[in-house]
Formats: sequence, structure tokens, C-alpha cells
Amino acid sequence: MLEIKNLHATVDDKPIIKGLDLTLKPGEVHAIMGPNGAGKSTLSYILSGRDGYEVTEGEVLFEGKDLLELEPEERAGEGIFLAFQYPVEIPGVPNSTFLKEAVNAVRKYKGEPEIDALAFMKGLRETCAKLGIDKEFLKRSVNTGFSGGEKKRNEMLQLSVLAPKLAILDETDSGLDIDALRTVADGVNAMRSPDRAMLIITHYQRLLDYIVPDHVHVLAGGRIVASGGPELAHKLEAEGYGEFAAKDAA
Amino acid sequence: MAKSLVSTEPYAAQFEALQATLPDSPLAERRLQALARFRELGFPTTRQESWKYTALRSLAGLTPATTTEAPSLDRAPALLADTAAHRLVFVNGLFRAELSDLGELPQGAFIAPLTEALDDETLISDDESGAFALLNQALFQDGALIALERGTLLDQPVILTFVSIDEAEGRSTHPRLVIRLGENSQATVIEHHLGYGEALGLSNLVSSVHLATGAKLDHVVLQTEEAQVQHIATRRVTVGRDATYDSFGVTLGAGMSRNEIEVSLEGTGASCALDGTYLLAGTQHGDLTSTIHHRAEHTTSRETVKGALAGKARGVFQGKIVVEPGAQKTDGRMMNKTLLLSDKAEIDSKPELEIFADDVQCAHGATAGELDANALFYLRARGIPEGRARALLVEAFLADVIELCPVEALREELRDRAGRWLAEASHEEAAA
Repeated sequence: MLEIKNLHATVDDKPIIKGLDLTLKPGEVHAIMGPNGAGKSTLSYILSGRDGYEVTEGEVLFEGKDLLELEPEERAGEGIFLAFQYPVEIPGVPNSTFLKEAVNAVRKYKGEPEIDALAFMKGLRETCAKLGIDKEFLKRSVNTGFSGGEKKRNEMLQLSVLAPKLAILDETDSGLDIDALRTVADGVNAMRSPDRAMLIITHYQRLLDYIVPDHVHVLAGGRIVASGGPELAHKLEAEGYGEFAAKDAA
Repeated sequence: MAKSLVSTEPYAAQFEALQATLPDSPLAERRLQALARFRELGFPTTRQESWKYTALRSLAGLTPATTTEAPSLDRAPALLADTAAHRLVFVNGLFRAELSDLGELPQGAFIAPLTEALDDETLISDDESGAFALLNQALFQDGALIALERGTLLDQPVILTFVSIDEAEGRSTHPRLVIRLGENSQATVIEHHLGYGEALGLSNLVSSVHLATGAKLDHVVLQTEEAQVQHIATRRVTVGRDATYDSFGVTLGAGMSRNEIEVSLEGTGASCALDGTYLLAGTQHGDLTSTIHHRAEHTTSRETVKGALAGKARGVFQGKIVVEPGAQKTDGRMMNKTLLLSDKAEIDSKPELEIFADDVQCAHGATAGELDANALFYLRARGIPEGRARALLVEAFLADVIELCPVEALREELRDRAGRWLAEASHEEAAA
């Protein structure tokens, strides 16, 4: 589904990603762990198409298409979803309007008709109930004045509603207490499916106790320096990133 | 003082021509005096503090003439078409009975075109000092008089539609609007200034509003004139004890516009709101200059003005709150926020406070900025195309100010117009 080959990228001419290879197949959940500054967030932004990140070498294919050629909205249309580390507050745009605009934009991209407004709202309220989200949430402006936990829950709501092929979760656990973490993890687990791939980017192993990945990779110095099963995450938790940071320096 | 580049001479000629057509009236002598004072003053220049940011360059190209024969027009576009209203339509400054529908007026209400009151000496004031107001005083031919007697409640809004048709260069129209609300009376007045044609023209409106004790006026001004129009409006408002003046201005049209508003809160408990929005693109210039005088205790003022500028548009916001000695317990707040949609757009924002009392609460502020890049990316990452994402953010920016429009029935219309404006502005931006 997603193939990243020999990716090199810079931010302000400074190399951040230095030869990264990664392949995700449908149904797989991959975790990328790494120390601060390893390039984790850079990777998520490159995949979602944010300005300011320049790919200098390598390629990224999504279902065989050159992903790097596409605008952010086209990538979303193709089925890529980034759950933001810091969801953005948008005062004045109600959450429900935002969700409906997003769903219809993606449908339009795929050549599907607009969704029936009533059916959409009904589905939305059901999804909220499933995720334990108060319906009032839908009337409030997008993320405006939301607590850290509410913002992350809102990302999960969007994930559920947009039902992408590939979900990238960027530090979704940051700023969450244990209860919120559990709710968010439940939301993610409910979305696991044989057709959907997930890429979980995290600094801590904590989240991976709740969302158990199929594969764990260590990102250090802009490259994947180790890969393994869930046990690798536990090893990192116990021993830290020291070994890999050293390897990168050498 | 440096002389303006715009000559007053042609306006003296326009006056000569007009004078011959006016009925003999006690106003005649005072018109002459107003013209003399106007000529002495000359048009304002950017060396004058309150005109610092607004040059009248484009006005120099206009040779003014009084239209004697109004252009034909079958129907004027109607705001709130489905709403019962007292409608007065003016074409190139002159009242058109066949396009108007005054409806039925309740007892105690007098609404009429000024042509029916041209000899009313109280229509003009002798303490006028602004050049454009003086010019209007000399040249006004028509307009509207809205007067409510004590306790009269006008249920239906008064809608004044000013249509300018500029097929030939030289239109110079000077309508006058007089609103007098007696004690505890209430009215809603909506002005719509619009036009057709591509020739240079001048609309120079003067309004005088007086609210007696406990009166309430909701006043909305929608200005959507054509690109070559120079739109000048001077408004003086006096608000009596416990009276409320709520106004909302929308500046969408005219190549150059200047709205100058002076409000005097004269009685204890008087309050005013001067809210509004400006949406300008291309090379449009829009100036909003206001002064609010708090002259009595427990007076309240609010001014929230938010706008968006695209292309090379330039906005000017000059807002002043003056708290006179003795106006204790004044509560005055003013805010101007501008969204700059292009790096060539410019806003000059100057909020000011002058406070001569010690027990008051006043606040002012101004911000200007671009669309939030993070928000734009967030929307796009969810599949919303860039153009639509920008539109959503601009609509969101304007949402709260549109809610301040006192005529609720107009808010949807304003949101629609904002949406259309943005679509056109983005189109222009893309073509540039």
C-alpha cells in the first residue's frame, strides 16, 4: 500500500530524513519509535504534504501512485489521514460543518455524490456515541478551547468518519492522561481492518500497550536503524534509545 | 495649508446650474454660505490628520454635473424582497416615486423624500465644518426625512435604496438623510447604495440622526457601488438619555469610499454600537473614520469592525473614543481586525482613546494578519481543496462580526455576499 524508498528530505536545507525505507501492506499496523529530533514528525508531514519539507531523493508510492506529486487535499482524497500531534484550533467553523465539508470533499474527489445531510448527521451522532464523545462537541468550533484529550478525541472522530486507507498517527499519545489514552486507543483499534494500514509515530512505548503493532521500527538520525515485532518496543522502553543514537553517530 | 489637487471650481459651476432649478426657499442663502465655506476650505488633503491615509486623487478626474433627467430604470434591486417594508428608491440622487413603495405608515410616523421638505430650515445645520458635508449642504437636492413622534414604533424597516447609474462621466450627487426619533420611539433603517455603469461618479451622502430619550434606532448601511464610484458619507448622530443607536456598515463597493461617523452620547445611559465589515479587492480603497464622544455618565459604546483585503486593496480604520470631563462610568470598547489575503493589501488602523474622566472603562485594539497557515493545512489534510479551505477560514473570521448586524434578517444575505466576494477575489488573485 505504502512504499517509501530511499527517502531523503530537508527542512530549511538541513537534512532530516537520510535514506528511509519502509513498506506497509493493507491490514498492517506499524509503529515508528525514535528519540526526539529523529525525524518522526518530518516523516508524517512529508507523507501528508505540508509545505516546507523538501524531498531531495527517493520516492513515496501510495497504491502505486507517486504520492509526492499530490497536493495535501488529493492525498486525503486518495485515502491518507494524518492524526495531528497538535490539532489546530479553527474558531468560527463548527466541528460538524468541518466534518461534512471534509467527507464531501473526499467523496467528490472519488467521483461520488455528496452525502445526504440528514443521514450524515445521524451517522455522526452514532459515531460520537461509540467514541464516548458528547454531541455538543459537534456544535463547537473545531478544536477551539478543547482540552488536550478532547482534541485527540476529535482526531479519532475524524478518523472514524473519513475511514481512510492509511492512517498516520503522529504522537497521538502526547498530552493524554491514561483514561484519555485508553479512549483514543479504543477508537484506533476499532478502525483496524484488513483493508487499512496504520502508521503510529510515537516517542513512548506506552501507547503501544493499547494499540499493539505488527511491526516496530526505530527511527534515528533520519533512517530506520532497527525493525522487529512488538517486543522491540519493550526493549526500547527498558533500555532507551542510547544504543541507536550511538549507532547513528558512528 | 497646502491646496488640494482637486479643484472646487467645477462644483461652484455645478451650484450655479443647480441654483436656477431650485425652488425659492429660506435655505437658498445658507446654501450659498455653505458653498463659500466649502470653497474656502477646499477638498481635504492627506496633510490633514483625519485624511492622512485617504487621498482624493481619483476625484480630480471628475467634472461634476447635476443630472436633470434621471436615467431610466424599470426596477431597483430590493433588499429583503419578501419583507414588508417602507421602501424609498433614489436614482442618481433623486427620489423615484414609481420605484418606491412607502406602504402604510403608522400614526406618528413621517417618512418622505426631502423634495417635499426642501424649505425646512432645520434640515441643515450651521455648525458643519467638513468640506464634503458643506458641499452637500450647498448641492443637496433630495434625500429622505424620517421622523417619529414620541412613542411611535415602526414595525417594518425603512429601506432606502440609492442607485447610481454612471453611463457618462460627471455624476455628482449629494443626498441627505435626516432621521429624528422622538422619545421612546423605535425604527430600523437600512440604506443600500448600489449602481451600474463604469463612468466616474461621486456619491456624497450626509446623514443626521437624532435620538431623543429612550429612542432606539437600528441602522444598517450596505454599500456595493461600482468600481469607479467615489463614495463619501458623513454621518452625525446624537443619542439622548437611555437611547440606543445600533449601526452596522458593510463596505463592499466603490473604488474609493470614506465613511465618517461622529456619534455624541449626550444623555445618561445612552449607548451606541458602530460595528461593521469591509471586503475590498483590486485597487479599492475604503476608509472608516469614527469619533464617539461620551458626554454623559453611564454611556456605553461598542465598535467592532472586521474586514478582509485582497489584491492591492487598502483599508483605513480610524476610530476615536473621547470621554469628556464628567462622563464617569463610561464603558467604551473598540476593536478592528483585518485579514490580509494578499501581500500587496494594506490596512492602516489607528484606534485612539482620549479620556478626560477618571472612573471609566475603555479598551481598544487592532490586529492584522494573514490566514493561519496551520489551519489551512489542517483543512487541506482532511481533503478540503485550498480554495474552499480559504473560503471557510474567511467566513469563520467574519462570522462573529456578521452576528452583530442588528437586522437579523440581513445576516444570511451578508454571509452570502461575503462568500461571493471571496470567490471573486480568489478568482482575481488566481488570474493576477
